[in-house]
Amino acid sequence: MSDPRSIFLKDATVTSADGTQRAFIRKALGGYYVNRDLQKARYRDWERARDAAALAKWNAVNDLAVVLEQFTANFERNGGVVHWARDAAEARAIILGIAEKAKAKAIVKSKCMTSEEIHLNDALEKAGYGVVESDLGEFIQQLRGEAPYHFVFPCMHVKREAISELFTRHLGTPPTDSPEELTMIARRHLRQLYVDADIGITGANFLVAETGQISITENEGNARLTAALPRIHIALSGIEKVVASLDDLSVLLPMLATAGAGQPMTCYNTLYSGPRREDEPDGPEEFHLVLLDNARTRLLADPEQRDALHCIRCGACLNVCPIFKNIGGLAYGTTYQGPIGSVITPHLRGLKQWNHLSGASSLCGACTDACPVRIDLHHHLLHNRRNAAKESPTWFDRAFHHGFSFVIKRPWLFAAGGRIFRATLPLLRKLPLPYMGAWMKTRDLPEAPARSFREQWRHDHA
Amino acid sequence: MPDARSDIFARIREALKVKAPRPHLKGEPVAGMTSTVAKPWLPDGGETTEASLTILAEQLARLKAVLIRVPDQSSAVKAIAELSVAKQWKKVAYHGHASTRPVAAGLGCETWEVDAGFDKQKLESCDAGLTTCEAIVAQLGAILVSSTGSGGRALSILPHAHVVLAEVTQVVPDLGSALALARARHGDRMPSMLSFITGPSRTGDIERILVLGAHGPKELYLVLVG
Repeated sequence: MSDPRSIFLKDATVTSADGTQRAFIRKALGGYYVNRDLQKARYRDWERARDAAALAKWNAVNDLAVVLEQFTANFERNGGVVHWARDAAEARAIILGIAEKAKAKAIVKSKCMTSEEIHLNDALEKAGYGVVESDLGEFIQQLRGEAPYHFVFPCMHVKREAISELFTRHLGTPPTDSPEELTMIARRHLRQLYVDADIGITGANFLVAETGQISITENEGNARLTAALPRIHIALSGIEKVVASLDDLSVLLPMLATAGAGQPMTCYNTLYSGPRREDEPDGPEEFHLVLLDNARTRLLADPEQRDALHCIRCGACLNVCPIFKNIGGLAYGTTYQGPIGSVITPHLRGLKQWNHLSGASSLCGACTDACPVRIDLHHHLLHNRRNAAKESPTWFDRAFHHGFSFVIKRPWLFAAGGRIFRATLPLLRKLPLPYMGAWMKTRDLPEAPARSFREQWRHDHA
Repeated sequence: MPDARSDIFARIREALKVKAPRPHLKGEPVAGMTSTVAKPWLPDGGETTEASLTILAEQLARLKAVLIRVPDQSSAVKAIAELSVAKQWKKVAYHGHASTRPVAAGLGCETWEVDAGFDKQKLESCDAGLTTCEAIVAQLGAILVSSTGSGGRALSILPHAHVVLAEVTQVVPDLGSALALARARHGDRMPSMLSFITGPSRTGDIERILVLGAHGPKELYLVLVG
């Protein structure tokens, strides 16, 4: 069985039974909750600030053609080159083309989830380029040969002992159990790579239409180095990252940091508007931006769920999600994990194969409460369930809904059915029910009440 | 087949034919610039210079950046010279500016002005980079540097320590003011890089434990004159 649903069910069963791993994830997130609340308390009105952030994104996304046109015109005026990619294959071909033309050998990358989405590293490596991820977490995941566990904290599930062992094996460094020492090992190893690389590839957190700048948010300084030292800078971004004005960042940058990592502001928030200017001492000679659709316009065409394109990828919804905390990030089998991933993946990869993620939710709404740009996440999971039932109903959906509507339209039948159900409940409680195996494994049927709700109502209001 | 650009724009225009509802908000939307509208909701940046400076000091302390306040330029020269001795810096790269040149001259170690272009390898081996800045954001403890005003892109990120020399008058209350200032100063000719630096480089990638100096500077000093 290799369909996404079966793989998900198998992996999630294994990971959710791993108590040690779950405790480790909970502990890792513990510090985040403290810092996030501390920083949120500095906001004079966090809820209203969320309104402002949501509106900034809503305005841009709902005027996407205009803002995107303005952005690209300004970006080109500043000396950058814009490339358009309808899908992953086109984006990969564009980037390979730039690398080929530049006769590049070494490529250094900073964190970019969009590049995970298009499987860029595979394509570059197959074409013979050396590609190194420079974000510490991504670097560790690259050495492990594993996808990111969390799109903001890629290796949060890996214990320091495993990282030490990994570095010893790949880099030949002595074992250590100090996170500081491990970080310094990666720092020393990567420093030379920035200096030697021909191409630096980054993502983009925001595209500013008013000025034609791209904004990159990071803590480590690796994106700064990636965009400073190599001869060519390529940024890869989804078309939905655009905002109308520079001023919008006054709300979005601090909220991204607070919601995502419990910081007042991420360590480096950098705006790039072009290649090196003549009056500047350094910087790349070429600056390319690859703008990717890859089914984003399909999500845009759904007005009900269009707000999912507001996402600023802070990861707050993952950090509070009971499902994420129990099954972990890898079980999702998606580029974007957690609630936002469960909402958008069916749009990006097909509702039929990925609708099971809509069920991977307790609908508690913690994600919706946490979202700094007010995406209606848990309702969208319900919308996806409804759409899936409409688009390709299973025989069970069809039979159940037909049966239900037949009964509910006939009060006498409904009452009779209820009486029969109450009478047989004691027996049903003892029987293994067909098709209810997974549900009944952890639940019991309730005891039958003496009277139905309608009987009780009539009695009490007589 | 139409090119990708026209295709994507056609898809966008088609998709936007149906309007999306406004997000569920807590309050009514307010007309105006985002930063002005959101100012009373965001973290305080201080109404007066004194208040801003107090907030700035608190923020920098929390970020583990070092704030050194000096009364005048000559005390700044002395303070940075003392710092370089205490930290045993052997090589310091700097952005050539009227305020940084006397500082460089006062250091008892090798100094090097990078503005005419530089060797990356040599800059990597420097102990510290000395720059000016565009503005300082009290609200967040963020320092805005630029590729034109702070010695390029690498000077503030590649050396192991970063020293920023600034005047008290460069402190602005909040991020919105700093962005407006950059816009007013540079207009349509923005420096190719503008970067808000909020504390020394850091990571929490290993077990979510904070480590300073991930790839950028391990130490950040703000020397504030006035």
